[in-house]
Amino acid sequence: MEPALIKSRALKLIHDPTMTIGLFLALLLGGVTILGGWLVPHDPFQINMNNRLQGTSFDHWFGTDQLGRDVFSRIIYGAKLTIGLGVFAIMIAVVIGVPIGLFSGFIGGRVDAFLMRIVDGILSFPDFILAIAIAGMLGPNLTNLIIAIVLVRWIVYARVVRGLVLAEKEKEYVLVSKVSFSSAFKTIRMHLIPQILPDIIVMAAIDVGKVILLISAFSYIGLGAQPPIPEWGAMLNEGRSYFQVVPSLMIYPGLAIMLTVLCCNLLGDGLKNYFDIRKRRG
Amino acid sequence: MSLVIEGLSKQYTKSIQALKHISLTVSDGESIGIVGESGSGKSTLARILLGLEPYKEGSVTYKGKLIVPKNRSSLRAYRKSVQMIFQDSTSTLNPKLPIWKSLLEPLDNYKEFSPSFLEQGLTKLEKAEKLLEIVGLDKEMFSRYPVELSGGQKQRVSIARAISLEPSLLVCDEPTASLDMTIQVQILQLLKELQRKTNMTILFISHDIRAVAYLCERMIVLKEGLMVDEFKMADIYHSDRHPYTKALIKAASID
Repeated sequence: MEPALIKSRALKLIHDPTMTIGLFLALLLGGVTILGGWLVPHDPFQINMNNRLQGTSFDHWFGTDQLGRDVFSRIIYGAKLTIGLGVFAIMIAVVIGVPIGLFSGFIGGRVDAFLMRIVDGILSFPDFILAIAIAGMLGPNLTNLIIAIVLVRWIVYARVVRGLVLAEKEKEYVLVSKVSFSSAFKTIRMHLIPQILPDIIVMAAIDVGKVILLISAFSYIGLGAQPPIPEWGAMLNEGRSYFQVVPSLMIYPGLAIMLTVLCCNLLGDGLKNYFDIRKRRG
Repeated sequence: MSLVIEGLSKQYTKSIQALKHISLTVSDGESIGIVGESGSGKSTLARILLGLEPYKEGSVTYKGKLIVPKNRSSLRAYRKSVQMIFQDSTSTLNPKLPIWKSLLEPLDNYKEFSPSFLEQGLTKLEKAEKLLEIVGLDKEMFSRYPVELSGGQKQRVSIARAISLEPSLLVCDEPTASLDMTIQVQILQLLKELQRKTNMTILFISHDIRAVAYLCERMIVLKEGLMVDEFKMADIYHSDRHPYTKALIKAASID
């Protein structure tokens, strides 16, 4: 691509306020997620019973919790768990769901019927309940939680991608690709993936927010991260008993979750606008 | 005799019969027009000829070889010698790909083959430029996207892609139907010129009897899956013509 074209696209990307705020938040949260371990002013696991349930001070920006641990450090450190795992879970779901949807839709026939009956079967359960059942069965820890989330989320991608492929494969350029004797694999790679990629990116961006809520919700009800892990949902759970005395124990993790979900939604919407603009161009 | 169709019938469902006992021989380098209204089975015939559609009754052979859609290895050799251009040049080019990528897709699938009009050792972009020149397009167009081209230009790109494998048979499924009158003539001229240069066989499917009259030496007329008429272009006004053919000629008002 020519540099001028890259520049004009980048400008278009920045021009949308939704996208600008989303990108800013994403950079901030992404930075915190990656650098979390080095940014923390205190050890997030260091218990100090003489210093418990303190309010905001110069030393402890967000105060301390019931065991005297620095809440600010725990939230920064927890980003790696909550955001990192959310992104990771969606990545795995995409890697499993998208190829299945692509082949199911493109090949059609019995392969499609078989795969889609499995999908229908799993979709007939509400995903939150199903994830609770899986996580409960496997045992409450973060690994099992991620497995449960991936198991219920890949299906959504398989389903959506299949639908997109069904619409897309009727286009004449797919037939032309067949006429020029491209293999199914090549046709999918050359013609279908570029068409569906924007939709998948937008969907995944919004989904990361949903999954972060899910991880936090699971940790809150005790099926995800276990104490003393500073996952945001688990922190909410720990702070619950002290909520009336020190509300900040729940407010700060709650704000962190809210900010992250907001970031995902803004980013998703911004990307959607961006791709729609390009779609209108052709 | 290069293309021989014998007793070809195609049934989609019990009530819909697209083709009924079509028999036709086309010799090398001939251009033959297939005319008929919508639903007459023209496009079904094209799809069968390309090996895109299975058929049960009858046989289609090209240069002595039977066309079997399920057999991928024989189809590979066949597809190299038989290519097709389609009606709507807008939908046949992927809007997300620059022209050169669409253009080189067939050649990329036949890496072992090097067409006579391309010198050895050309880069991909040089090949694309060369192909664009052959169909009378500005070679700078290789980096553009389909949305930046006109309908006629896109159809030229489609033609360039189809002839890049130097096919000996080119099936054209209403290639001018979605174009303006003046552009139609240009595309027909291009096809005629290409045929003269390469001596390929052209099977030109159209409902436009004037386009067929311009390009083809022989014409067959399909009506509801039946071949109702077949004649050399010189005999178009012969009194033996089927009433339906006469009606088509009258409708085109060239008598």
